[in-house]
Amino acid sequence: MFEPLQLGAGEGEAITRPPISYWREVVRRFRRNRLAVVGLVILIALLVFAFAGPLFTHWDPREQSLFDTNKPPSGEHWFGTDNLGRDMFARLCYGTKVSLFVGVMAALIDLVVGVIYGGISGYFGGAVDDVMMRVVDILYGIPYIIVAILLLVVIGPGLWSVILAMTITGWVGMARLVRGQVLQLKEQEYVLAARALGASHLGIILRHLIPNAMGVIIVQMTFTIPGAIFGEAFLSFIGLGVPLPLASLGTMANDGYQYLRIYPYQLIIPAIAIIMTMLGFNFVGDGLRDALDPKLRR
Amino acid sequence: MLAALWIIVTATFFLMHSIPGDPFLGDKVTEAIRQNMLRKYGLDKPLWEQYVIYLGNLLRGDFGTSLKMLHRSVNDMIRDGFPVSALLGLEALAYAVTIGLVLGTLAGFRHNTWLDYLAMFVALIGISVPGFIMGGLMQYVIGLKLGWLPIARWEGFRYTIMPAAALGLGTLAVMARMMRTSVLEVTNQDYIKTAKAKGLSQREIVFRHILRNAILPIVTILGPLTAGIVTGSFVIELIFGIPGLGKYYVQSIFNRDYTLILGTTIFYAVLLVFLNFLVDVAYGIVDPRIRLMRSRE
Repeated sequence: MFEPLQLGAGEGEAITRPPISYWREVVRRFRRNRLAVVGLVILIALLVFAFAGPLFTHWDPREQSLFDTNKPPSGEHWFGTDNLGRDMFARLCYGTKVSLFVGVMAALIDLVVGVIYGGISGYFGGAVDDVMMRVVDILYGIPYIIVAILLLVVIGPGLWSVILAMTITGWVGMARLVRGQVLQLKEQEYVLAARALGASHLGIILRHLIPNAMGVIIVQMTFTIPGAIFGEAFLSFIGLGVPLPLASLGTMANDGYQYLRIYPYQLIIPAIAIIMTMLGFNFVGDGLRDALDPKLRR
Repeated sequence: MLAALWIIVTATFFLMHSIPGDPFLGDKVTEAIRQNMLRKYGLDKPLWEQYVIYLGNLLRGDFGTSLKMLHRSVNDMIRDGFPVSALLGLEALAYAVTIGLVLGTLAGFRHNTWLDYLAMFVALIGISVPGFIMGGLMQYVIGLKLGWLPIARWEGFRYTIMPAAALGLGTLAVMARMMRTSVLEVTNQDYIKTAKAKGLSQREIVFRHILRNAILPIVTILGPLTAGIVTGSFVIELIFGIPGLGKYYVQSIFNRDYTLILGTTIFYAVLLVFLNFLVDVAYGIVDPRIRLMRSRE
């Protein structure tokens, strides 16, 4: 009934499909995750809105007009105007841009500081690690929002003060994460091989350890960005966010909140923008985490 | 823990005193009166002496006096405000823990059914909608349009429901998501198979084996979550007009009432560090393996 197929030596071992690199596999897994793709689409839409939006409107986000205050959404002012007669559409584009900027900058600073600190601590280990991690433990115990509030009270509000306030203890999480990864990775054979070939400490950290920890680092970043946007919105709400004439989604929500009873759209529009941002980053973050770490998948 | 507290106190003190000028510079008073005011509050002494005095007072539990509200000490404010905040926070935590755990557990056991999707949808809203926006929208829809619950103030249980729900929502979401993953993970463990093979009833497996193990990771994040509720209360108390400590804190920031900011910041920091410590202890109690590891070290 069955005829045995004659296989040549080693033929059964041949690789029949083209090899897939780790990153291509990540992309493939990410694309199969519907929510993650939705998240990515939301994020791209937000970026387009923030950067291309102003091209479609001739209103200036800062221009006030006391004759056009609190106009509901219409053909002229797509999202209406606020209590000072500023066009909400133009202002929302601008606010989205500022909020995204705060989030991305905070995440980048966390990344740089956290990776350097955690990398050194994990790589050298021993007493260096003990001392550096003790410092981190202490900072970790201090609630970041209180530090942020305190710092902003002292140095005064401003775009960069807000970013500084978000990162002053924010890098600690990243440092812990990177240290943990490095501790694990440095025992691998390729690190031994690199050392045997005479690679410098810095070279090993930068060329071997960090790239291999990149997956975890990226996931952490996708959660840091919405965290910082959230934090900035929170600070705006208690009057410590980015100062005028700047606007962020948080300051807009705060302004809108004052007129909630009469003009609910003034809160609802920026609220939707904040919610979309959060959704987008959280979807993408979840998707990336699942895609980058196959062990977590089920 | 003590080192963290000392650093917080010292850093807060010197940061607040590094602000240029003094609290009475803006008041329209003569120089002599200003000097008297400074003397009254001990601000004429050298900084290190003020620091030593402040630290001494703190150790005796004295947080200082408000600069803007006459004759009000920070202790008074904490005594008035903290019970209200604590009540609000506990109610929020109660909602978050019960509903969050139930949702997460159900979602875990009914993986990939409509129940799972519903629970994860609720969790998603909780994670993506900041508490203050939720609070505002709830005030508008439930309070103003539907008129089911009072919009603001603090005069009885009915007044607490909306702010506590808005405050707890984020925590609820995180709880539900963690519990779901945790239940899913534990259910696939070998010891659950063993339990089934032993012939234990479904009830026993669920309560004694799955839930007991699944709850462990939740305990570890209780610290940051409680911190989230405490800091979230600043804004929630402000928008719902609740006379809690968080509202005083935010008002002191608006008023630039430096001693009040200093006092409440330190109070909050102590509270949060202490709560974290409690969570660590709780974790040791819930998970015997942790105790074992510590004693081995």
